[in-house]
Amino acid sequence: MRSILTTAAMLLLLPAVSVAAVHEYRLENGLKVIVKEDHRAPIVVSQVWYKVGASYEPGGLTGISHALEHMMFKGTHSLAPGEFSRIIAANGGEENAFTGRDYTAYHQTLAADRLEIAFKLEADRMRNLTLAAEEFAKEIEVVKEERRLRTEDKPTALTYEQLSAVAYRSLPYAHPVIGWMADLENMTIDDLAHWYRLWYAPNNAVLVVVGDVQPAQVLALAKQYFGPLSPEEIPQQKPRSEPRQQGVTRVKVRAPAREPYLIVGFKTPMVGASDEAWEPYALEMLASVLDGGGSARFTKNLVRGREVAVSAGAGYSAFTRLPGMFLVDGTPAPGREIAALETALLEEIGKVKRDLVDESDMERIRTQLVAGKVYELDSVFEQALQIGQLEAMNMDWRLAEEYVERIKQVTPEQVRIVANKYLIDDNMTVAVLDPLPLGDAVGAEAQRSGNGRHQ
Amino acid sequence: MDAISRLFGTLLGVLLFSGLLNQAAVAGPHIQSWTTPNGARVLFVAAPDLPMVDVRVVFDAGSARDGAAAGLADMTNKLLNDGAGPWDADQIAQRLEEVGAQLGLGSERDMAWVSVRTLTEADALARSIETLATILAQPNFESDDFERTRKSMQTALRLGEQQPGTVAKRAFYRSLFGDHPYAIPSDGTQASLSAITRDQVREFHRRYYVAGNALIAIVGAVSRAQAEQLADRLTAGLSPGQPAAELPQVDQLLKMDQQWLQFPSSQSHILMGQPGMQRGDPDYFVLYVGNHILGGSGLVSQLSEEVREKRGLSYSVYSYFAPMRRNGPFLVGAQTQNSKVQEAIDVMLATLKRYIEQGPTEAELVAAKQDITGGFPLRIASNDKIVEYLAMIGFYRLPLDYLDKFVERVNAVTREQIHSTFQRRLNLDRFVTVVVGNGKTAQPEG
Repeated sequence: MRSILTTAAMLLLLPAVSVAAVHEYRLENGLKVIVKEDHRAPIVVSQVWYKVGASYEPGGLTGISHALEHMMFKGTHSLAPGEFSRIIAANGGEENAFTGRDYTAYHQTLAADRLEIAFKLEADRMRNLTLAAEEFAKEIEVVKEERRLRTEDKPTALTYEQLSAVAYRSLPYAHPVIGWMADLENMTIDDLAHWYRLWYAPNNAVLVVVGDVQPAQVLALAKQYFGPLSPEEIPQQKPRSEPRQQGVTRVKVRAPAREPYLIVGFKTPMVGASDEAWEPYALEMLASVLDGGGSARFTKNLVRGREVAVSAGAGYSAFTRLPGMFLVDGTPAPGREIAALETALLEEIGKVKRDLVDESDMERIRTQLVAGKVYELDSVFEQALQIGQLEAMNMDWRLAEEYVERIKQVTPEQVRIVANKYLIDDNMTVAVLDPLPLGDAVGAEAQRSGNGRHQ
Repeated sequence: MDAISRLFGTLLGVLLFSGLLNQAAVAGPHIQSWTTPNGARVLFVAAPDLPMVDVRVVFDAGSARDGAAAGLADMTNKLLNDGAGPWDADQIAQRLEEVGAQLGLGSERDMAWVSVRTLTEADALARSIETLATILAQPNFESDDFERTRKSMQTALRLGEQQPGTVAKRAFYRSLFGDHPYAIPSDGTQASLSAITRDQVREFHRRYYVAGNALIAIVGAVSRAQAEQLADRLTAGLSPGQPAAELPQVDQLLKMDQQWLQFPSSQSHILMGQPGMQRGDPDYFVLYVGNHILGGSGLVSQLSEEVREKRGLSYSVYSYFAPMRRNGPFLVGAQTQNSKVQEAIDVMLATLKRYIEQGPTEAELVAAKQDITGGFPLRIASNDKIVEYLAMIGFYRLPLDYLDKFVERVNAVTREQIHSTFQRRLNLDRFVTVVVGNGKTAQPEG
């Protein structure tokens, strides 16, 4: 439908707006510092990424990376608990932190002239955390409440947790990031102190700064505050791989719910560990063919079209530390069985295995991707996230810059090849949410009426 | 240790002096405003740095206009891109996605909107605006799409019923707003969704999706002239129409209302509050700054300090005023394991009571002002955020210098104002409390 010429003209826009230079440094103590200038607004984002997350955790200590993330706000030898947040707030900053399978990150967004405050505070808590037992006793309760909120009382989240737990025989991606409740119950402050000593050091961290700053000044500040910190001996991770699965794995999750839910995972390789370098990019393309917006196949054929699902999705990430999964999920339409939904999802995958994807579909996805790269520049946070995520997994941040180019090189034939190679029974795990009754209070709402109000 | 203490001593010194931003940094973006030939109001900010534009068209067409047909506004909005003019849903999605444009639709109690983010490359921009204009003016509301959307909304309701937080929110709004249109659940009920007809949807669209009831917000790399053309094209197919009727005022509650709803969850969700304030409220900045200290500033708020930091009772605890056309809710919320629900409620109430009685300390007020004013540049740092502000300022007819005056207004708030205004506007004896969970104290509804 679109002329190739117009598209080519559009693609040329990208270099014109993404020329912002990225500056990369390494301090003597091993801290990597990456600075990207963006002078659109007088703000700056500072992110410290540690190369540790749930996939580093041994059994019995699941959730410890995330629990430590919480304790990072609970005081250092020079700052009282909560003081970190109070200082950031007194400077109009936004702050938070997050833990993933492969990293833990801390971030502040501030007016550009206040970057120094973030550096002072982050450098301090990189080496000088107090880890007081009485603070931990309260904070682990907060973490347990977080687990209840995010997982225990969310039937779809429980189903995903079970899928991961049974899909992996060996890889630590079997563990939930927030940890199993029993491990949270048994976690001690000594466990955290040990975990902190192991991983929190400048030579296991990456500092990413994006915003209205001068790289030379950022480097000088980084040297001033992070430079004096001593490095540590960081433990070597053993190479891990998943044994061959040899057949479909199925798990049923019975939990109070109204609607059933289905999620399917196929084990896949990632960038840097695939038979062919293009395979992860072809899998990304495949995910977009199935679920890259309202005109992609799942929505077009299953939500509209056959009306077998009220929602259906596909997702895959080419950038992970260990091999992850290509995920497909959905909620059946009223009156449709979960088995019919599974069949329909697999039929859509079957079509990609059989028939080459149309060039027009490939072209649409490329265009969305190119546009998405421009939209990403509207947020300094997003730009820093792209860089930090890759670096925290020991991948080069330039992979994000090359990403569009790599995807553009993927051919319809390659999409068909990866679908046939990886989206197969021997890589497949299926989890189904089987609703248990919720009780009758929920349906009773319509009967409730009346309060003390003026008429 | 000593060296580090000194270092932070110095740091605190820096803080005191950097509490106020220089004047240049506190001005908002330059907003231009006009009205299209058929009566739609437009707010525009030129943002030339990135080759993209955000357009948001907002109508006074939220669920407050549903009448007896709860869910009608939402359903009408959801159906817009399922078929319009010569195109069906597949073609609309394809037209936009082929040029990398992103479409957004949504509705709440006050408003319904359609937005698009597109590159400014000529073909992409033209295609996006033409598609958006058609979606707004000529939706087809085909019977297949209508039935599918009805079923999908009914499933969404059932998905909400399996989430204790969603169940609590519905009960809270119903109790808070009584007979006011804000009590209508925006996503409808099973019965109301079953009863809605296509004719009702057509009529709702005919009445409310009109130029005289529309506000257009534009932010991006286009000139004023281009923005005018764009707004004209967007509204060309809309009839001039009339603004929606005035909504009634929200009555104050006369007495306390407590609801304990049984739910098979490991946590109890607690919501408490009362009708709060409206957009343009004379007390807006006093209540906003006051609430920031009470429960609006994340980990450093009083509620967070008492409930989370001191006692580990909840992961998320907060309070907010949601200002709407009329008084929206003042809401205090938390979730805790079932066995701790009474303790959490007691701490939340004690914190509220103390704050209403005593107000903030001077130090708390200074810290809150530093937080809000120091963070002002963050509020307007992206096209995304600016277009949201334009839609809000335009829809609620706030003055165009709202952002320019923001820092000044925040700085003008005094302790005494917060103290007297919270006393005047919040009354714990007339609070609504909703608890959804599986606690020992949970009672079946009576």
